[in-house]
Amino acid sequence: MNLAIINFGSGNLHSVHKAFESVSSDLSNPYNIIVTNDPKEIQSADKIVLPGVGAFGDCKNAILNIEGLHASLEVSVVKNKVPFMGICVGMQLLADLSYEFGTHSGFGWIPGEVRRITSPKEYKIPHMGWNEITFSDHKLFDNCEQGSDFYFVHSFYFQNQKSEHSIATTKYPDQITAAVCKENICGTQFHPEKSHKNGKKIIHNFLEWKP
Amino acid sequence: MLKKRIIPCLDVDNGRVVKGVNFIDLVDAGDPVEQAIIYNAEGADELCFLDITASSDNRDTLLEVVKKTAENCFIPLTVGGGVRNLDDISRLLHFGADKVSINTAAVDNINLVAEAANKYGSSTIVIAVDAKETAENQWKVFTHGGRKETNIDVVTYCNEVAKLGAGEILLTSMDRDGTKSGFDNKLLKAVTSKVNVPVIASGGVGNLSHLLDGILEGEASALLAASIFHFGEYSISEVKRYLADNNIPVRI
Repeated sequence: MNLAIINFGSGNLHSVHKAFESVSSDLSNPYNIIVTNDPKEIQSADKIVLPGVGAFGDCKNAILNIEGLHASLEVSVVKNKVPFMGICVGMQLLADLSYEFGTHSGFGWIPGEVRRITSPKEYKIPHMGWNEITFSDHKLFDNCEQGSDFYFVHSFYFQNQKSEHSIATTKYPDQITAAVCKENICGTQFHPEKSHKNGKKIIHNFLEWKP
Repeated sequence: MLKKRIIPCLDVDNGRVVKGVNFIDLVDAGDPVEQAIIYNAEGADELCFLDITASSDNRDTLLEVVKKTAENCFIPLTVGGGVRNLDDISRLLHFGADKVSINTAAVDNINLVAEAANKYGSSTIVIAVDAKETAENQWKVFTHGGRKETNIDVVTYCNEVAKLGAGEILLTSMDRDGTKSGFDNKLLKAVTSKVNVPVIASGGVGNLSHLLDGILEGEASALLAASIFHFGEYSISEVKRYLADNNIPVRI
């Protein structure tokens, strides 16, 4: 089984790669994990992970600038229903629109918009650090405890159009989507690769996920 | 609720930890990777490496340390020291740092903050500020490891870098650093009350109540400490239990 981590120049690739490798190596059938932007490799992958840090528009443009990358994602994820996980901005890119530094269109795979967190003055932006989540019944959270802490760092959040697509939330102080899922497509606002043991559980569950 | 973060910091010179340690279970007391692994296991919320290698020729040794740490510790890793330009940042991120802290180079060229934040995201860019009280309730920015005074007001500077895209500020009181007399909470409060990005308190921790004061009086989002952890005076879990007993939200 191949797992492709999409490389479009995002800074935190190494962390994501190492975390997935570490969790996968404990499986009875470890994945062959590749970091790639090659459309052919992406289309032959059994699972796809899209990390992302930075601004929404920059990430989207970086993806569009790699020939065939966006199209290969559409084929694999939307048409062939390959299990997909977006992390942080990689998750926000699933939305229709983002208002970060202008208005940018996303992939439009999960309906909703990405908006700036509005919070009282004593709540610093970015929302940075460990915060607890409440999740609904989903494979991604197998063996996790309600209220466990995950590492977040973001100034914008995914406002889902349909509440059923939000599978976990956190509070800062208002409720913020912490994870989304629609069929074979899931995503986390927090960084599982930086969330120690809890994060490893999420990665493990994604590797075992058969949507 | 968002937790207050406890961040152990390791000073690294030529790929080795500078300050002595007395962890009994360490095979090699000078190996930053081994110490990072222990802090990670003890429940550190993040890790911080400060490269104090004098010669830039030897800086590459740090990259190996960063790489190995990232392979073993799945919590955020901030690396700073001698970061001059976008290439330096890029290299550290490539080897596994999650955040890069910039000090003197940001003072010399404030545009670097915006360039770095635009390229790598605010979440990746930490601005380290060395502050010294030059008149009552007035702090100036110092550079070059604290050797050089500038005429820049700390609060004004912190506001400016936050506006340019810094994701957080690592604020070190030079007056308190190494004194074990507690954080400069007046300095912290002056910054945290005016600046809308998270502030990491640094410099002066000697005991548990100092950490509590940094949160209650200084209103810091995170606390950085070196020697109290290095010398085994307190473990990370001890610190967290103490803070939790005092109603501070921490990740246990």
